[in-house]
Amino acid sequence: MATKLRARRHRRVSPTSESRPVQWLLIGIALAFMAVILLLPLYAVFHEALIKGIGAFFAALGEKDAQAAIRLTLLVAAIAVPLNVVFGLAASWAIAKFEFKGKAFLITLIDLPFSVSPVISGLVYVLLFGAGSFLGPWLKSYGIEVLFALPGIVLATIFVTFPFVARELIPLMQDQGTGDEEAALSLGANGWQTFWRVTLPNIKWGLLYGVLLCNARAMGEFGAVAVVSGKIRGQTTTMPLQVEMLYNEYNAAAAFALASLLALLALVTLVLKTALEWRFGDEIAAAAKH
Amino acid sequence: MSAAVSPAPRRGWSFRRPSVIPGFGLTLGFTLTYFSLVILIPLLALAIRSAGLGPEGFWKAATDPRVLGSLRVSFVTALIAAGVNVVFGTLIAWVLVRYRFPGRRIFDAIIDLPFALPTAVAGIALTAIYAPNGTIGALFAPLGWRIAYTPSGIVIAMIFIGLPFVVRTIQPILEEVSHEVEEASATLGASRFQTITRIILPSLTPAILTGFALAFARGVGEYGSIIFIAGNIPFVSEIAPLLIYIRLQEFNYVGATVIATVMLLLSFALLFIINLIQAWSRRRYGYGN
Repeated sequence: MATKLRARRHRRVSPTSESRPVQWLLIGIALAFMAVILLLPLYAVFHEALIKGIGAFFAALGEKDAQAAIRLTLLVAAIAVPLNVVFGLAASWAIAKFEFKGKAFLITLIDLPFSVSPVISGLVYVLLFGAGSFLGPWLKSYGIEVLFALPGIVLATIFVTFPFVARELIPLMQDQGTGDEEAALSLGANGWQTFWRVTLPNIKWGLLYGVLLCNARAMGEFGAVAVVSGKIRGQTTTMPLQVEMLYNEYNAAAAFALASLLALLALVTLVLKTALEWRFGDEIAAAAKH
Repeated sequence: MSAAVSPAPRRGWSFRRPSVIPGFGLTLGFTLTYFSLVILIPLLALAIRSAGLGPEGFWKAATDPRVLGSLRVSFVTALIAAGVNVVFGTLIAWVLVRYRFPGRRIFDAIIDLPFALPTAVAGIALTAIYAPNGTIGALFAPLGWRIAYTPSGIVIAMIFIGLPFVVRTIQPILEEVSHEVEEASATLGASRFQTITRIILPSLTPAILTGFALAFARGVGEYGSIIFIAGNIPFVSEIAPLLIYIRLQEFNYVGATVIATVMLLLSFALLFIINLIQAWSRRRYGYGN
């Protein structure tokens, strides 16, 4: 206790830190900047959503097109996220458990979608499936619509959320090495048993972390989906697109009501993500980096 | 003796090192197939379309005045926003790593908000705040400074989405900077200011540059949070991603493809620069991310 007090008093005059007033000045500037840039927009969403009262808020959410948008967003995430989870597990298994040529290049490639503008992520599918392409008319002759329909929205969402799970799992599994798996195999487990009973329990928190980030982006993606959706009201508008349509129709209160649901999703994501970082920090690889 | 037990060393080139763990073919095969179908082939479709134009057609479409205008708007605003983020992001990272104050961990968690908040939501919220009748817009309106619906609004939106890239790049490096070098510097008679500017900041330089490049790249490509606040006037506040979108709405696929190709080439060049910075940082300081 006494040493602790002395240590604290000592730190105050430490030559490797700043004086208390300077510290408080810097903390003040940093927090003020964060408050204006980050917290104010968050507050504005909920403020504007409730500006016409709680009744109007729920009326806006209960509206038919809003309901359809919510359902579509959930459906798209329910398809895109599991596919990217399977990919993430396969990629991290191949990359972390084996040594092969071109591995570093493959890791770079997996991150590629993060450096592509969302609008371009949508555009590539328009070029692949749109009018004037080879695939689009061919699929259409079999009655399959990709653009301006669910498959296109799912594809664009997969593109932009592609790296999330893999880039969380790869460093984590590389850190864990192959010792546990080799032990399981030498004790007679087969490959699937090893994966389900040894590897998966080892990476479950990291996997959950990746899924959380992947899902938040999948439900909130705007640019890529805007390009491929065609914005058919009640059919191909996801929640973010519905927000845009309402906003452009000067129905700001309804737009913010729907937006507040997405903001709530963001807050829940942040809380869960932070809880995972605090509780299982050493079982999550890229906690501070993505 | 040991040579007798260990398997004969394989001569020449081998694709992978032998391992007892199963599933290499399955997982790598699935990874490459899925990557090709979802990412590679669509990107190749873009490359083939723009290659089909020929150098002359491509150059003509890329140097269209409105295209150049939108690229200029995107790059200039992203540069300014990344610059602002480097200054405040470094300060925030410093405060979060070095000082203890109530609510520190909450503020640390809030940094990731722009990653979690859908861009369209951020866009309409920022517009509400910075419009002439908004909380902050109303403060500047009497001074004749309009923020929303001008390039200033674009910069604000890019600051919002770019901030976590800078903070999250600098934070782990700042945690690694050893206290001992600071102590050594202090015992040798350096003032605190000298220690910070001559010892700490130089070792943070690679992280700061990386954060700058990441925030810049994200700003150039950003669409959702910007279009609401930008005003979208050609040559003034029309960003390149929006022009791609407009060209697509006009079914002008050639125009859209050319802008997208130019942007992709530029962002791959940036990615390459980021990798160079990190390689240099690993050589010079022994760490990097």
